Amino acid sequence: MLRYLIPVGLLAALVAFFFVGLGRDKQTLPSPLLGKPAPAFSLPRVDDPTQTVSNKDFAGQPYVLNVWATWCVGCRQEHDALLAIAARGEVPIVGLNWKDERDLAQQWLRELGNPYVVTAFDQEGRVAIDWGVYGAPETFLVDSAGNVIHKHVAPLTVEIWEREFLPLLKQQAVSR
Amino acid sequence: MSVELGHFALILAFCLTLPQAFFGLAGAVYRKPHWIALTRNAVVGHFVLTAVSFACLMHAFYVNDFSVLYVAQNSNSELPTIYRLAATWGAHEGSLLLWLLAQATWTLAVSIFSRSIPDVVTSRVLGVLGLISAGFALFILTTSSPFERLWPAAVDGRDLNPLLQDPGLIIHPPMQYIGYIGMSVPFAFAVAAMLEGKLDSVWARWVRPWTNVAWVFLTCGITLGSWWAYYELGWGGWWFWDAVENASFMPWLVGTALIHSLAVTEKRGLFKSWTLLLSITAFSLSVLGTFLVRSGVVESVHAFASDPGRGLFILTFLGLCAGSALGLYAWRAPLFRTNTGFAPVSRESFLLINNVLLVGATLLILLGTLYPMFLDALNLGKISVGPPYFDIAFLIPMLPMVVLLAPGMHAGWKKADFGRTKGLLLVLLAVSVVAGIALALVAYGWHSVMTVIGFSLAFWVGLSALVDPVSRLRKGHSLSAGVIGMSVAHFGLAVFVLGVATTQSYRQEMDLSLRPGQTAELSGFQFTMTKLSDVKGPNYEATEAEIRITRDGKEIAVLHPQKRIYRVQKNPMTEAGIDSGLTRHLLVSMGEPLGDGSWSLRLQYKPMVRFIWMGAFTMALGGLIAAFDRRYRKRVTADDAVAAADVKTV
Amino acid sequence: MTARQRRMLLVGLMVIGVGTAAAFALNAFQENLLYFYSPSDVSAGKAPADRTFRVGGMVTEGSFQRPAGSMEATFILTDFAHNVKVRYSGVLPDLFREGQGIVARGKLAPGGDFVAEEVLAKHDENYMPPDVADTLKKQHQKEAGGQ
Repeated sequence: MLRYLIPVGLLAALVAFFFVGLGRDKQTLPSPLLGKPAPAFSLPRVDDPTQTVSNKDFAGQPYVLNVWATWCVGCRQEHDALLAIAARGEVPIVGLNWKDERDLAQQWLRELGNPYVVTAFDQEGRVAIDWGVYGAPETFLVDSAGNVIHKHVAPLTVEIWEREFLPLLKQQAVSR
Repeated sequence: MSVELGHFALILAFCLTLPQAFFGLAGAVYRKPHWIALTRNAVVGHFVLTAVSFACLMHAFYVNDFSVLYVAQNSNSELPTIYRLAATWGAHEGSLLLWLLAQATWTLAVSIFSRSIPDVVTSRVLGVLGLISAGFALFILTTSSPFERLWPAAVDGRDLNPLLQDPGLIIHPPMQYIGYIGMSVPFAFAVAAMLEGKLDSVWARWVRPWTNVAWVFLTCGITLGSWWAYYELGWGGWWFWDAVENASFMPWLVGTALIHSLAVTEKRGLFKSWTLLLSITAFSLSVLGTFLVRSGVVESVHAFASDPGRGLFILTFLGLCAGSALGLYAWRAPLFRTNTGFAPVSRESFLLINNVLLVGATLLILLGTLYPMFLDALNLGKISVGPPYFDIAFLIPMLPMVVLLAPGMHAGWKKADFGRTKGLLLVLLAVSVVAGIALALVAYGWHSVMTVIGFSLAFWVGLSALVDPVSRLRKGHSLSAGVIGMSVAHFGLAVFVLGVATTQSYRQEMDLSLRPGQTAELSGFQFTMTKLSDVKGPNYEATEAEIRITRDGKEIAVLHPQKRIYRVQKNPMTEAGIDSGLTRHLLVSMGEPLGDGSWSLRLQYKPMVRFIWMGAFTMALGGLIAAFDRRYRKRVTADDAVAAADVKTV
Repeated sequence: MTARQRRMLLVGLMVIGVGTAAAFALNAFQENLLYFYSPSDVSAGKAPADRTFRVGGMVTEGSFQRPAGSMEATFILTDFAHNVKVRYSGVLPDLFREGQGIVARGKLAPGGDFVAEEVLAKHDENYMPPDVADTLKKQHQKEAGGQ
């Protein structure tokens, strides 16, 4: 009675197709910036509105730009990892405080510790748009020539740092 | 209560599904009454533990415990309490826990309300349900636990998605899940019947009320979802043929087919293997829907944050569940062949056509939903299938189905000679066609032949649904709940058809810019923007327009549509202003400021749109009434059932 | 007619009915398939001139223009290789912003502009229409390969 096997056959075909569909990775967002010069910015500092911070301050050395906000749960998750990475002193971490309130951001850094050498305050999110930020947290690695060489979306961990960021940094050091 | 307790309860709840499955299935095979009793105890335990687990999560939302990752991601201290509680099922993890709770509740209900069913059968059914619960519990525990801690705790939460901050959300998902998961009950009964190798009219009588109740919940869930999308998305659409909507609609269509096919199996002992196949398919499509929504394989505004790992789990679960059931079907279905015949014109034929058309519609929707994915999987390009396809593809099978519904309701079993009803039906048909044309011409103005067909069909189905109850009442016969339920549900369909035909034919909309003091006109109504103001909500700020609607100088309504910005997520939200009368809605939605003090607005006139939801809820009511027919509560033998079927007509 | 003939007639009618319905459905299917093109495809002339299709990309920063008080908006959609100018009249979605990924449905106008009937924007901060993400990714791979 072959006809009774038809339904199970159809199901198998369907599941197989879904399996292929699942394998296709649609979620990773490419950064159009990779390999290109980091967009220039000049913003007030989060701790002192009278001073500005600009990417020119870091010309000639690699740095990390970390996009965060106090409303962002993922940022809270990765905060300890950032503190640990900052403590290693391999590279300066620049904060980009995104669509946030200044007093909340200052409170956050006071209470949880400050991994950033300096934090820029991007209330309207203009700079974040230049950098193609989709959501927080996002972390960019900029090389000494001022090019974006890596982008990580989602909370950072020390493992991810060692696996994805550190090798790139070492290459940099070697080629220099 | 802490979430650790909730997590622990969930682990225990998972552990209890294993004895439930084992003793349920083995107890039936070895006929051990105390094993069966043990199964029932496991069911109760599983329910209690799942409920505790759910209560713990809800409590964490209630007390703003932002040290729980899930709470921090989906709530906020400024969120009103009722939404904080509803936020429990506002995202993937919590909604799955709600799903598991719904499953536990169904299982408990089967265990309690099965006195008319032999213990051995109940035991098998509970065993199968136990396996399903085990799968879902494991899914939550391994990929989607809502109980993870966040350390250090967040100061405040990320807030609930503004789209979900709405009374509709409080009830829509629970209804939907209860309906989805309710389809697991006929599924379990089907598997139990195949395991036992026995399926007769009595079996159908056991399954029918469960199927009806599950279908009622699914109907309400889908209807509430449509209503929610209508006013909360702010743009006045009531059905979008979105992949996720389709995912909920396909089990509904198959469930509807199942209800009708079960009627034949109960009354005539026919369509047995077909009924089994529908039972399996209805639940499999529910799981498929979950997969589509949560794996990210299809593009949809409703999609949950996707995760391929979760997708893989559900896919495996679907494969195991549906695969083993269909394998069992391939093996056992030949046992259930029957040789009883029926005349080409008979109740059986009508129901057969009903089933073929409903399943045909399901397949066409499935094709439209999955085709883009198939092409993509084969690297043949990216396409999407537009809503017009679904409109047509759905209409083609549904039109003949609705046409045949009226005679089908009055056809006798085995061989139908309509007798006196034939004349009456023809008279009703003539009256309906005239009324349809009259309504189109007089009330709204000519639109198209399809509109007239829609109106006439609505009248014909609505009127003929009343024939049976009216004639029986006049003869002084009592009405069974089954007959009332059927008539009410079909009447509801007529109301729905009327609503759809009118709204789709005569709706009007207009995008335009208005500044305070200016007036626009649509469908004879004058819309005047009287002022713009800023308002503050508990967790949002909004720009609010005041729109005064007049007709011939008489004031009809003053609407206050808003454009909200939620403080935490910064997402803008369109809150439409709706003036809802029984026979028409007027909608005003705000677009954006245009720079010179004016705003872009969308004005809409939607005649009879409310009938769409009223009709759907009426269908649900009919299903509910039919589920409470007295005969389902009697313990009957197979002989009684067949004898009864020969006497009764429904 | 004998019972057998009647049955044959019934079956025949059903076959005709199902056939007609299938023909209609397939026709509707063909007509309502919306193909998706990237701005590069459109610039290269791969997109059909007379058919509705969808195009997706990012709204270029600073390209959005709409005279005050008017509903007629224009903006440039890019996949970072090529641009398409889009015209749209009507209410834009809530999440439409410059620098965001969007999908527009419409037709090409004779001048080469894309006239949109509908504009869809991404629905939350972390969501991007998969079509757009895919296009951008391919573009990126192409560039990486070319360098």
